[in-house]
Amino acid sequence: MSERRIVFLERQMYRRHRLVDAIRILPFLGLILWMLPLTWEREGPSTISTSSATVYIFLVWFVLILLSAIAATVLGKGGDREISEDGQRPEEH
Amino acid sequence: MGALNVLIAVSIAYVIFLFGVAFLAERANKRGQGGFLRMPVVYTLSLSIYCTAWTFYGAVGYAARSGLEYLTIYIGPSLVMIGWWWLLRRMVRIGRTQRITSIADMISSRYGKSNVVAAGVTILAVIGTTPYIALQLQSVALSSSVFVGASGGQDVELTSVALYVAIGLAIFTILFGTRNLDVNERHYGVVMAIAVEAVVKLFALLAVGVFVVWFVADGPADILERIEASPISGWHISGGRWAGLIFLSAAAFLCLPRMFQVMVVENDNEDHLRTASWAFPTYLMVMSLFVVPIAVVGLELLPEGSNPDLFVLTVPLATGNEALAMLSFIGGFSSASSMVIVAVIAVSTMVSNHIVLPIWLWANRMEQVTLSGDVRHVMLLSRRFSIVGITLLGYLYFQLSGGGSALAAIGLIAFAGVAQVLPVLIGGVFWRGATRIGAFAGMTVGFAIWMYTLLLPSFGAWSPFIMNEGLFGILWLRPQAMFGINGMDPLLHAMLWSISLNTLTFVVVSLGSFPTPIERLQGAQFVNVFDHSTQAPSWSGGVAQSEDLMVMAQRILGARETQDLFEREARRQGVNGYLPDPDPEFLQVLERQFSGVVGAATAHAMVSQLVGRASVSVQDLLAVANETAQIMEYSSQLEAKSEALQRTARQLRRANEKITQVSEQKDDFLSQISHELRTPMTSIRAFSEILRDSEKLSTKDKLKYSDIIHSEAMRLTRLLDDLLDLSMLENRRVKLNYERATLSDLLDDSATVALSGEEVDLRVRRNRASENIEIYSDVERLRQVFINVIRNAQKYCDAEKPELRIKVAQSDARLTIDFIDNGSGIARKSQEGIFDKFVRVNASKAGGAGLGLSICREVMTSLGGEITYLPGQGGAAFRVILPESATPPVQ
Repeated sequence: MSERRIVFLERQMYRRHRLVDAIRILPFLGLILWMLPLTWEREGPSTISTSSATVYIFLVWFVLILLSAIAATVLGKGGDREISEDGQRPEEH
Repeated sequence: MGALNVLIAVSIAYVIFLFGVAFLAERANKRGQGGFLRMPVVYTLSLSIYCTAWTFYGAVGYAARSGLEYLTIYIGPSLVMIGWWWLLRRMVRIGRTQRITSIADMISSRYGKSNVVAAGVTILAVIGTTPYIALQLQSVALSSSVFVGASGGQDVELTSVALYVAIGLAIFTILFGTRNLDVNERHYGVVMAIAVEAVVKLFALLAVGVFVVWFVADGPADILERIEASPISGWHISGGRWAGLIFLSAAAFLCLPRMFQVMVVENDNEDHLRTASWAFPTYLMVMSLFVVPIAVVGLELLPEGSNPDLFVLTVPLATGNEALAMLSFIGGFSSASSMVIVAVIAVSTMVSNHIVLPIWLWANRMEQVTLSGDVRHVMLLSRRFSIVGITLLGYLYFQLSGGGSALAAIGLIAFAGVAQVLPVLIGGVFWRGATRIGAFAGMTVGFAIWMYTLLLPSFGAWSPFIMNEGLFGILWLRPQAMFGINGMDPLLHAMLWSISLNTLTFVVVSLGSFPTPIERLQGAQFVNVFDHSTQAPSWSGGVAQSEDLMVMAQRILGARETQDLFEREARRQGVNGYLPDPDPEFLQVLERQFSGVVGAATAHAMVSQLVGRASVSVQDLLAVANETAQIMEYSSQLEAKSEALQRTARQLRRANEKITQVSEQKDDFLSQISHELRTPMTSIRAFSEILRDSEKLSTKDKLKYSDIIHSEAMRLTRLLDDLLDLSMLENRRVKLNYERATLSDLLDDSATVALSGEEVDLRVRRNRASENIEIYSDVERLRQVFINVIRNAQKYCDAEKPELRIKVAQSDARLTIDFIDNGSGIARKSQEGIFDKFVRVNASKAGGAGLGLSICREVMTSLGGEITYLPGQGGAAFRVILPESATPPVQ
């Protein structure tokens, strides 16, 4: 019984660490997606139209916000605590 | 005229509404009902001061001119917020633990609480903020003039509108921004008002957007078609500008004084950042959603040459929607006013804490500060004057620049100027090796390049000669083509050179310089803020008198707060009354309280003046910096402790066993002694009764019985003598008679006595040559030991032909005499107890009381030697060891 409990807790802590990893990776994902326009042609017939560019940029925005909101909410569900670097409770002060 | 009146009435009503919101929020907080003030949504909305009038009006104009490039201004901050875990979380934690009052305070606090660095950042902030305030004033003035002009009213004097707005905002800021001095008591009124304004401007922009998309055009599909047909239909943004502006806006988002104010200083709960991490990008996304549609529709509807910066206002007006135009005006006014209020609070705090106050303190000498003059009053005054001064500066800038289009471009230029703090900020948070000199050098270089390549050219301050031929005619120093990079966008060019050279200088100088102890301490605390949130730039030494500290604290914190604080601290120390001892912990608490009011640098200077120390000790430094070592030490201490515990447990266990054994032995002793006494007593009693009661006893019998009684009495006496002897030996009350003797003689005597009158023949083998040693000891006692040992062998040796070897050996320090028989020896488990009282290995052969070896051991101990059992000799073996003193050199 007690062993199971420990396994469960560790699993939770593991999830938490991976969640923080995801939060760390998100801005880089956004950066890469938003830097794609650098590769677009600016002159000539195959220029990307402003309307499709608008749709693309806002779509990226929306997805990033959605992922960030999910991650932040799940992180918050872990309890009311603040999270320190390694996902553990910092000391009160 | 009517339109102007309506405009003025609505504006005043809106301003009164804002005052009311701020006032009610402050009151609710004071009454402890301000729970709603601390909601994450309020924090998120307060961040929206990033969206100023420049973004409210300007974004549409920007889009009309350059298509989607305006989005960079929103994408940068979105990325910073989404990446909150990396930097913002650290900044907020540092801001809270170190009681940071502004971005200048943060930088100066990190770099050894240096006021020079703080003043540098402050100057940068003032230069970067003033044009921005001017821009806000211009937008309000411009929008009201357009509004009134379109309604056919008279022309509005632009500058006078700007002046009234400036005055109104200054009053609001003084009222709600300098209400409390300690920044950690947050400006709830201001923050609440800003949150409301955030909702107003978002609502206004959304209203215009919805109107444009669904009422002017026929929904989203139609708008997308119109975009295709518009002049901004294609993607023509240069990659450099796209990436560069995203970086610049991200940098500005972190470094703008007003952003730092709402993000870090006004932050009430670190957890709010978690919500804002996605909620604020959402706000930005929604804010920018309708910008392109409004721009496209404006370009279609309005005559060529109309100012695209005002489309948000002119599109509703052109379609006859005055109410919507009014809402849009209020939205623009909200954006402008909230930015001005927070920017002025932030910058005035910096100016007051890092420029005015240090100068005032320097001019008034520290001793006088503690004895006379009210620092609190001075600070409030200086902050109020700073507010008026900075607002006035913005107004003057607006008036001098004439409110032309040059002002519109100033937004990005100001961004680039403020971004010069970024390398130092990030370096300070992540790199312990960053030093004050490096920070100062880096910022100076960056600032100089920014001035030279961007700010001054934007004024046309350089002559065409310098612009085309470079400074002093050096081509490589052309302000907009440094080091031969031609044809680059001026903003991008300036940013590239200023930020990269800034970072390079900062890193190189930091690598080459050596930080002061306090820099290293602060560096460790900033970089490892999550590891030890107990922040200890500690004070050691108690030169400061608590009373002096109290006098000073009262002038800074106010009498009530000071007394509460001192009493609390005194209680913590376990002292009665109001005066705690000036121990390091207390001084640290006090300094942190001060720094919440006057900034870290000044607070540190004040306390250090009074305490008489300006730096931390090596011990303090080590205590914080070497936390790894501390942890290691701690764990090794734990290990040592657990080892010691184990050792103690082992000893206890052994002692327990011993005690149990001793108790058993005591029981044995008692039963033994009763038995030993009883046997002779019984026969004595029996025979004496016979003698008394039987009258017909022959003389022979009488004699025989008397003999038995006598011998039994003798046995009793011997037993009692032994017991007495043992007891005296144990208590070291025996008088020893030292004399000289030869060992061989002694052994002869002993063997003769021991073996006399015994029936079993024990053969004793000796090596007389080795026994010819003169000894100096209590010969009688030693003989007693020898006799006992030999008698034991004689008694217990179970060999067929019992034999006892006596081996004498003299090593460097001592003399050993071994008595080894050829019997089966003593079982291993019994060896330990043989020297204890009443222990007889073989109970069946019990002859004595079992006291012999006990006595032997006590005798040998008294003589400074010992007797031990020697295992592994093929039979029972006893070793008698005499100390060195027993064998004096032969004279």
